[in-house]
Amino acid sequence: MSQTANKEYTASEAAAPLTISGLSVAYQKKPVLRNVSFQVKEGELIGIIGPNGAGKSTMMKAALGLIPSISGEVLVYGKSYKEQRKLIGYVPQRESVDWDFPTNALDVVLMGTYGRLGWFGRPRGKDKAFALECLEKVGMAEFADRQISQLSGGQQQRVFLARALAQNAKLYFMDEPFAGVDAATEKAIITLLQELKKQGKTVIVVHHDLATVEQYFDSVLLLNVELQAFGPTADTFTQEKLQRTYGGRLAFLDQGRGERL
Amino acid sequence: MKNFMSMLADPNMQWIFFGCMLLGLSSGVIGSFSYLRKQSLVGDTLAHAALPGICIAFMLTGIKSIGVFLIGAGIAGVIATFGIGFITRHSRLKQDAALGIVLSTFFGLGIVLLTFIQHGAYGNQAGLDKFLFGQAAAMVGSDVVTMSIISAALVTICTLLFKQFKLISFDPGFAKGLGYPVAFLEQLLMLLVVVAVVVGIQAVGVVLIAALLITPAVSARYWTNRLGVMVALSGMFGALSGALGTWISSSVSNLPTGPVTVLAATAFFLLSILFGPQRGLVAKRLLRQRVKKRYMMEGELRAERMKGETAI
Repeated sequence: MSQTANKEYTASEAAAPLTISGLSVAYQKKPVLRNVSFQVKEGELIGIIGPNGAGKSTMMKAALGLIPSISGEVLVYGKSYKEQRKLIGYVPQRESVDWDFPTNALDVVLMGTYGRLGWFGRPRGKDKAFALECLEKVGMAEFADRQISQLSGGQQQRVFLARALAQNAKLYFMDEPFAGVDAATEKAIITLLQELKKQGKTVIVVHHDLATVEQYFDSVLLLNVELQAFGPTADTFTQEKLQRTYGGRLAFLDQGRGERL
Repeated sequence: MKNFMSMLADPNMQWIFFGCMLLGLSSGVIGSFSYLRKQSLVGDTLAHAALPGICIAFMLTGIKSIGVFLIGAGIAGVIATFGIGFITRHSRLKQDAALGIVLSTFFGLGIVLLTFIQHGAYGNQAGLDKFLFGQAAAMVGSDVVTMSIISAALVTICTLLFKQFKLISFDPGFAKGLGYPVAFLEQLLMLLVVVAVVVGIQAVGVVLIAALLITPAVSARYWTNRLGVMVALSGMFGALSGALGTWISSSVSNLPTGPVTVLAATAFFLLSILFGPQRGLVAKRLLRQRVKKRYMMEGELRAERMKGETAI
């Protein structure tokens, strides 16, 4: 009896960080995501790749419950995401907020701790120290007091990453963190991703730059409204599968890879 | 001008003075959040929408009391919000056009109902027409007591839920990800705007109350880069505007308190846009001059050094 209970417990503990089955999303009448199912392994860096309008961000938002889905189930460590919110960290697209908001970098990072503070709780000294630590990890500690509109695009992106770190999650969703950032930020982000991986955390990243996919990610998910392919980068990030995902719009890929090699 | 102290000696003026300060305070506080959520004009629409709500509440009950009006204005506000949402979702219209349609429709309806009330069996004693531009002098002690309670509740809610309001104003997507009931919090903010409108309606009127929701908040933004400070400053600018408005209108005969309060708020705005640190026009001009001067000086130094080097 107790053994079975114990077994169940272990089973739910060992459940995959993210299991999505049959997820479909439609804006108006048009489906933008159709019947997507996959399961990610713990401690992996996963890149979501696909052309514009393929539903990459949509899938991420639907998995997080930010937009309604018309069908499908999303499980985070074996339970619905609603029960597991504290295990999830999220980095939205940088353009999604107004950076002229009256707040500084440290304050934005502190928002990552709000989930643990309760309804009326205020961030305390230890939360601030932790937020500062998170800023340090993205190389932004010296900008803690800087008004956020006075940061460069890359620095703003790093502040968003630090905020996600402050959520202290096990599963991270990042929506195009590499979009439009400078080289220093790109390096800071990738170092951070590696560190998260080392800590056994799982990171799912919507990514645009095909040239860096092989270098950055353990697994790749190719998406174009429907799931095209998912698996270890070496087997999945192939000419043939990319061709299928992007249709005829992939002429630049060979060039990009050639340059890198 | 009458002496400030002699104005405060009049017990009737005391009520009006405090009433106007309270309405400035509450609209300043809640206005900060609407401004940052880029919903300043939603406040204006809710203010205009309050008019028919108040008229209907009066027609049904026959009582002139802030409590009854709050319910009427609240229901009208909810319908107006729903209308705006409906129009933007089901047509190609953007929010500004939807706001315009809802605002003018509700205001038109309000005017029709007002005329109906004045010519109907309700008699002239209704005095609801004063709600268009407000009449602070009509405020009595009991009104101010109600206003104090409502303002205190509003400020308390904004203080307790400061963290939540901040996050849904800055990044509603992230707030939702944390599990905050974003839709509920947005509705609550909307409701608090309606509350501020009803608090201010007697003194300032539905047409001008939006000025007190927007102007103090915009002014406060010029002085600080911290949300908490901004909200407090905005409340203070609003309260000071109310105080100044009462004082000036009581000193100069026949000046209406509400509009003078709005003009006082505008004066604070002009001061802020000119002299605000960093963002103010003067500060920006000075900074530009300083940078230019330094650049020129460096240029001269460089030229001299070059000259020196060639001489050697």
